[in-house]
Amino acid sequence: MSAAAPIEREHGLHLLREMLRVRRFEEKCVELYSAAKIRGFMHLYIGEEAVAVGAMQALGADDAIVATYREHGHALVRGVSAGSIMAEMYGKVEGCARGRGGSMHLFDAASRFYGGNAIVGGGLPLAVGLALADKLQGRQRVTACFFGDGAVAEGEFHECMNLAALWSLPVLFLCENNVYAMGTRIDRYESETDLALKAASYEMTAWAVDGMDVLAVEEAARRAVAEVRDGSRPVFLELQTYRFRAHSMYDPDLYRTKEEIERHKQQDPIPALIDRLRSEELLSDEDVEELERAIAEEIDQAVAFADAGTLEPVEDLERFVYWEGAPA
Amino acid sequence: MSVAPAKTITYRDALREAIREALLADERVFLMGEDVGAYGGCFGVSKGLLDEFGPERIRDTPLSESAFVGAGIGAAMGGMRPIVEVMTVNFCLLALDQIMNNAATIGHMSGGQFQIPLVIRMTTGAGRQVAAQHSHSLEGWLAHIPGLKLLAPATLADARLMLRPALADANPVLIFEHGSLYNLEGELPADPAGVDIERAAIKRPGTDVTLIAYGGTLPTALAAAEELAADGIDAEVIDLRVLRPLDDRTVIGSVARTHRAVIVDEGWRSGSLAAEVSARIMEQAFYELDAPVARVCSAEVPMPYPRHLEQAALPQPATVVEAARRMIGTAPDE
Repeated sequence: MSAAAPIEREHGLHLLREMLRVRRFEEKCVELYSAAKIRGFMHLYIGEEAVAVGAMQALGADDAIVATYREHGHALVRGVSAGSIMAEMYGKVEGCARGRGGSMHLFDAASRFYGGNAIVGGGLPLAVGLALADKLQGRQRVTACFFGDGAVAEGEFHECMNLAALWSLPVLFLCENNVYAMGTRIDRYESETDLALKAASYEMTAWAVDGMDVLAVEEAARRAVAEVRDGSRPVFLELQTYRFRAHSMYDPDLYRTKEEIERHKQQDPIPALIDRLRSEELLSDEDVEELERAIAEEIDQAVAFADAGTLEPVEDLERFVYWEGAPA
Repeated sequence: MSVAPAKTITYRDALREAIREALLADERVFLMGEDVGAYGGCFGVSKGLLDEFGPERIRDTPLSESAFVGAGIGAAMGGMRPIVEVMTVNFCLLALDQIMNNAATIGHMSGGQFQIPLVIRMTTGAGRQVAAQHSHSLEGWLAHIPGLKLLAPATLADARLMLRPALADANPVLIFEHGSLYNLEGELPADPAGVDIERAAIKRPGTDVTLIAYGGTLPTALAAAEELAADGIDAEVIDLRVLRPLDDRTVIGSVARTHRAVIVDEGWRSGSLAAEVSARIMEQAFYELDAPVARVCSAEVPMPYPRHLEQAALPQPATVVEAARRMIGTAPDE
């Protein structure tokens, strides 16, 4: 736990609340998946919550987010309502993408949440383009692009690092290094496993951060966002994290030992923050109970909203493939 | 109608004038691609534009098709009106992830929250002895993808005028410029009226057989029609112009009059655009036909370098004439 800066109670509670929201939301998703309410691929963020929660603190409402298929947490923390995310996973028209995308393709124009991109590396060019649009239109906005360590092996990663640096584009590259590209450990697919070093070779500021420490992530993200926004140039953060659950609901998790997972669970960002807040006497048992109660209520409401949702009429199947007329 | 006098212009110049007009008309428009700036465009289309508009709007890119095509998509979602140049259709395979999984998909997958008003131009086709990695016609492949619009300007007017409606369209639009057409020369009004990007065009009316072509095969079909005319066969020639969505009405209307159709397509026969057009004729005009639909396509080989083999692989006027004669029953050997 980063010990340097003092922490304010309200802010500490906020970070804890956000991480707990993501954790409890996804635990509910597992239940609902088992109950066949949610289908398809579903990738859980459990264990990695400090990354999205910490990084999102540094972004403003005008900034843009591009995320991956492991993005329930990012959407929730960004402000997409739990109900519309759950409805999306139910395939209901009240979902944040009308139920068209499901778990892997959450979109929300209102909060500038550009997916939900399920081709590894495929979101990076979008982020570069959004940042280019901002630069050309003279807007001081940041595009935050989340992607996993697996994406670093893709050509699109290298093309985009080069282009963003070459054109000084305001992109914050947030590499969530959870050590595995699906089931392949990083030292089995990368010749150079120091990802920040790779990024630095493109002439951009890059450093690695303890992604299990929400305060450290927030501090790094604030510094990085300041450089991106004021300097109008990209920055790369490698957030070193770990997922506690399998890659997806289909994954039997045979490629790592239970001991390895248990070892990483000792760094669970949620108890770590609770311990820190308690040690500074900023958090009581009642506080935790109250947070849990409010979150449970939010999730119950989200599930009820999704359950009560409606299916898109089949007549609308082809709607939004093409638009008539001029761009909106 | 325009009152300005006609002027002589090449297809290449017409494309450049269209881009220039777009840059002048809308500050959100910019051009990016490999060598579009200092080099002037691999095929000279953007020559001079860097000097006039500067490097912010005429952007030379690294050789990173996926990144700059994807950046075009992102920039379009961010409120710009990008024109992305991909050097050849073969190179667009390096950006296929972005074209297919993002440009064509995000509008629908997001439940209609995002539009991608993007234009991607690329050179297509053979005939210049540039062999098997620079010569193919993959329009049919790309026309398979819902969410994209595909245009094939085969005339000076379309080269000059299709860009305007393409940029005004809310959908991603791919424009295919056939490499053999860049030096095509002719007259255009100095202040030409607009064109639509919805309808096929009847370039030569006729009564006996419909020759359906697009892009680089339009001159082939027109040449075949002249040859057939010398034999007393009156061929109608259709320029598809828009490869997706296809204009069935013009095609079916023509076939209903002529009762015969030959599709001339530089793509490979199997799974080609010609196959799609043929199927639509079967579905919508089967009982109008006096003969099975015929297709003249490229040989199913990677395009060879030597001229005689390349020409043998490509649709030729003589092959089209033979196909038309055969279905009318006047083929010389029958």
